[in-house]
Amino acid sequence: MKLGFLVDLNLCMGCKGCEIACKVENEVPLSSWRLRVKYIDIGTFPDTSRSFTPLRCNHCENAPCERICPVSALHYLENGIVNIDSSRCIGCAGCMMACPYGAIYMDPETNTADKCTYCAHRIESGMMPSCVVACPVEANIFGDLEDDHSHISRYIMEHQGSVQVRKPEKHTNPTHFYVGGGNQTLNPLAHERIEGYGLFNNVTHLKHNGDPHHSILDRFTAPFFAEEKLDNTSFMNSASSKAESHK
Amino acid sequence: MENTIHATQAVVSLDVALPGIIWGWMITLNMWAKSIGTGVVFVGAYLLYRHKQEDIIGLRWIIPLISFVALNLFLLFTLVDLHQPLRMWHIFAYPHWTSAITVGAWMASLFVGLVTVLTVIGLSDGFGDFFKRGCRITLIKNLAKFAGRHATAYDKILPFVIFLAIPVTTYTAIIMAESSARELWQAPTEMMQMVWAAFMAGSSVLLFASGGWSKEARKDLAMVLAFSVFASFVMYMGEYFFSFKSSEAEATLAYVYSGGVYETEFWFGMAIGFIAPFFLIVSAIKEDNKTLMRFAAILALVGLYLAKDVWLKIPQMLPLS
Repeated sequence: MKLGFLVDLNLCMGCKGCEIACKVENEVPLSSWRLRVKYIDIGTFPDTSRSFTPLRCNHCENAPCERICPVSALHYLENGIVNIDSSRCIGCAGCMMACPYGAIYMDPETNTADKCTYCAHRIESGMMPSCVVACPVEANIFGDLEDDHSHISRYIMEHQGSVQVRKPEKHTNPTHFYVGGGNQTLNPLAHERIEGYGLFNNVTHLKHNGDPHHSILDRFTAPFFAEEKLDNTSFMNSASSKAESHK
Repeated sequence: MENTIHATQAVVSLDVALPGIIWGWMITLNMWAKSIGTGVVFVGAYLLYRHKQEDIIGLRWIIPLISFVALNLFLLFTLVDLHQPLRMWHIFAYPHWTSAITVGAWMASLFVGLVTVLTVIGLSDGFGDFFKRGCRITLIKNLAKFAGRHATAYDKILPFVIFLAIPVTTYTAIIMAESSARELWQAPTEMMQMVWAAFMAGSSVLLFASGGWSKEARKDLAMVLAFSVFASFVMYMGEYFFSFKSSEAEATLAYVYSGGVYETEFWFGMAIGFIAPFFLIVSAIKEDNKTLMRFAAILALVGLYLAKDVWLKIPQMLPLS
């Protein structure tokens, strides 16, 4: 069995339902994303269009993150999923340097690397990944690539010639495919990313990596003297108190 | 890249915040300190095998001592940069041998162990009288006594240390090569840059200790520094102007050639760390001008840090997805 993903960008309408479902299912903390939907505006007025591209871990067959991980925190499951064991991760960020798709983040609550696991825990129970279930237009297609009769295999066969992967030149052999994508959507260098420009926010780069309050000293003392468990609420409280003190 | 954008007329209108620089100054310092730690071994060993003991007084304890200090600085910043430093032992308990980080950590640990032994023997040899009469701490006294009895081990261990210094110097280039997302680091020249950096740093640091050495030994040191800064500079220029020029590497280098803080840092580093030291050291050799040589050494160390810092950071600024 080799599990794979396919996103039909012709169907995706950018509702971000998959993004939210992923956040909820995997309790992904603030400032982190396992799956995100990127909006790209293409063309010049009046000939413009907007494309939506869901981006997640590609679960590569030749995964650079797995190769560089010094402690095998990143490892393959038998079904081809590139899984992560956060209890083993030392937080060296080597995987973040290696992943050509920027799919790995430093979890600000655990201060370990994390990423999309194709909802490995759900698959183990015979369920579909949460993003697949949430998609209202069935743009996310998931299944066994080695089974010729699976939905994903048939979809790939039916759309031969327009199935693409991101950055094939990296020789990572992704098991995540796109239909209906183009250079302007799948190549991050083919679209401009203007600093401070966005529809609903103007934050384009994170100033921190992992927990913003995780100083050098905290890295050593946290296991012994951490006052409370970090979660989204504590981050929001911290941010609001910071804003108040700033006022 | 700009032509592509011009052709696509595509702009990101909504996306999440991307991570900024992940491996920052601590990793720069880590590489810089490692260059000193292995560089003094290379350059020091060259002097040991080429010159008589009286021409290079104290070098037998200076090499391991400087290396020991620099390597511990390197290990400290390696540890501190981890988000879970208390789990460092996982590298030894659950090693993953395809990772250059694992292989490097094991080799560096062994290297530090051997350098520590050399330091103890070297110091007990160089300061025998002090440890016999002046030292009041029994443990250190006994350790020095023990090391003194096994002083011949120094010459037996040194070849292994020199040999091990080669992979310890270059493994960072392999880590960079494994960092597939950062196209700029994928160049084979990275490995040679690590070697030149070690020679630069090693000869620069040893120049400070060379005051009482013979003119010939100091000249040798100066020649190593001059040659390594020249070779490293030429290689940087090669990477900058010719290089492999994949679209990602091109886009990365744009952070240098399109202006801004990294352009200033890079060219400032090149000027003070490579160009200036080369001319200073060449002009100082003939008259054996120690002050000028040391000034060149300081500049080379500062410039090396700046160049490494830019090369480390700019590939991390490129959006990957």
